[in-house]
Amino acid sequence: MENRTVKVAISGNPNCGKSSIFNRLTGLNQKVTNIPGTTIEAKSGKLVVDGVSVEIIDTPGTYSLQPKSKDEELALEIFHPEYKEKPDVILYIADSANIKRHLFFFSQLADLHIPMILVLNMIDVATFKGMEFDIDRMEKELGIRVLSANARNGDGVDEIKKALIQPQFKPHYSFGTDTLSNHEERYSSIKRLLEKVLTRKSSRELITSKIDPLVTHPVWGYLIFLIVLLLVFQSVFKLAEWPMTQIENAFDWIGNYLMTVLSPGWGRSLLINGIVAGLSGVIVFIPQIAILFFFMAILEDTGYMARVSFIMDKILRGFGLNGKSVVPLLSGAACAIPAIMATRNIENWKDRMITILVTPLMSCSARLPVYTLLISMAVPNTYFFGFVSMKAVALLIMYIIGTVASLLAALVFKFILEQRSVNFFIMELPIYHPPRWKNVWMIVLHKSRSFVYEAGKIIIIVSIVLWFLASFGPGINKPWYQPQTTENLEQSYAGHFGKAIEPVIEPVGFNWKIGIALLTSFAAREVFVGTMSTIYSVDDEENLGHIRDKMMSETRPETGKPVYTLAVIFSLMIFYAFAMQCMSTLAVVYKETGSWKWPAIQFVYMTVLAWLSSFCVFHILS
Amino acid sequence: MLLTALQKGKTAIISKVNESEFKEKLLEMGCVPGTEIRILLKAPLGDPIAFDIDGYCLSMRKKEADSIEVDLIF
Repeated sequence: MENRTVKVAISGNPNCGKSSIFNRLTGLNQKVTNIPGTTIEAKSGKLVVDGVSVEIIDTPGTYSLQPKSKDEELALEIFHPEYKEKPDVILYIADSANIKRHLFFFSQLADLHIPMILVLNMIDVATFKGMEFDIDRMEKELGIRVLSANARNGDGVDEIKKALIQPQFKPHYSFGTDTLSNHEERYSSIKRLLEKVLTRKSSRELITSKIDPLVTHPVWGYLIFLIVLLLVFQSVFKLAEWPMTQIENAFDWIGNYLMTVLSPGWGRSLLINGIVAGLSGVIVFIPQIAILFFFMAILEDTGYMARVSFIMDKILRGFGLNGKSVVPLLSGAACAIPAIMATRNIENWKDRMITILVTPLMSCSARLPVYTLLISMAVPNTYFFGFVSMKAVALLIMYIIGTVASLLAALVFKFILEQRSVNFFIMELPIYHPPRWKNVWMIVLHKSRSFVYEAGKIIIIVSIVLWFLASFGPGINKPWYQPQTTENLEQSYAGHFGKAIEPVIEPVGFNWKIGIALLTSFAAREVFVGTMSTIYSVDDEENLGHIRDKMMSETRPETGKPVYTLAVIFSLMIFYAFAMQCMSTLAVVYKETGSWKWPAIQFVYMTVLAWLSSFCVFHILS
Repeated sequence: MLLTALQKGKTAIISKVNESEFKEKLLEMGCVPGTEIRILLKAPLGDPIAFDIDGYCLSMRKKEADSIEVDLIF
């Protein structure tokens, strides 16, 4: 076996089929790692060709060496002059059906004097459009290997693998310019090259030109989008139900099992109430997140999402967002963490910031258990017209409230934030194609993984801290020998915290018990339900009905009237809709913006908004 | 004439891209003088607009399209 490693960087424009080639080359043998020497994450993978090991880094799609978005900035890091671990070869993927524009970035990279291989991908579409390449001539002109491929069915992938371990060449074609910025000269030299190597026969119309007038139609366009949304969300909830119940049951079983085999002590308590509870809080969301991203990936991969951005841009622009904010906002309905990461392709700094700031107002899946419990307390089990459940309508209203709030908050930020970067919305509408399932699965895998890593770490740490705060306190005597009791909780640090903030939350109708839940919800909002069942000493956490009954029967000691009036319940729901109760989201915002200023602003504005709105709701209803 | 004045279905050739903060982006995306351009779609409300540029579909807002001058070909 030859003892050498070839380092390959995959590069190319967006929509060139880069990920498909990467997936074809590495299979499942890939991971998200930091680009060596930087803190930037990229997908990397390994393969072995004829005994030579090949390391591949996949970079986000880029249009030029002058970055316009965060995504592009990250992609270009490895070509930075000061970057130490230069790749041995750049595998440049081009969409052969749109070869001219795809060769523009190629021509810029060619000037870096790094060996390159050019892959003419989607050769089937080019052939369909009547384009024919003289590949031998192209190799001679450019001085490098040129290969044609169709990543969709795997044609040409074996040839790419072989080319990776063969001797590499630097492009010697002169694109006629030394400066980066001379775009016109670059394009004319590309044109001259293509005149020698490309012949166009009669062209046929692609299916895209037939679909587009329909999906961008003033009436049908929005209607189709609405139907797609309804179908997606309906399927997310229906399909996630079963796995989520199974996960919850499994963790309950683990908790009970540990309870019986371990001897009582703080170790057992930490393990069950801190770590297992924290893990369960992370893993239970994976089904919803994975299923939502499955659909989002299909919509993006087929090219439909770009059309949604196209028809939504004018509307969202009014709110200080832009067409590309659609994907983060919709993803926010599952989880704000991957949603905020999805803002990287928004070029405009201000639009991206506003999208990041308002995305957590979208109703994420962690709010669902909270809403479900509170709605079951406040909304009767009746039906409109015999089949529209009033509870479902109430839930829908909470989603609408979240969406409206995020748009209005965006509008406010539109007038506050200054414009820091070039403001434009220039976007390619790629041709439609059936989903590439491998890409879709990879996206689901990466998004779920980023949720587990980003949120998981924090949720587990926070739940351990909260376990400590809820189990220890000045007045507690060996709390861990018992299952947590209401009295212990009251004596604990968390209880003291609840009492300390009572004056602040009293005006919105909350007591110190809710105060504890507000604190514990920082791990993840759905922890509210678990805390409530602890506070009300409900053994059977599974049964929402038990918690509900206990909560409903609580009365105020001074007046003897119930604590949970309609006013309090709705005030609480509005509070959970708006408050920034998610440490993981704050951490991701810090990571994406590179400063604590933004998560701080986000935390303050959302908390103030939540308090004021709850205050209004509470006083109007009581 | 300005690109925004182009009628649907007519083809024109880009003659000039005026100075603007997004000129570089337009040029990168292939909107260089001498390129054939044609309106493909208009979003509801007439903005943004999608163009066929040398065989691919590029959408931009009116504001951006206004910085591009074209000559009609008959």
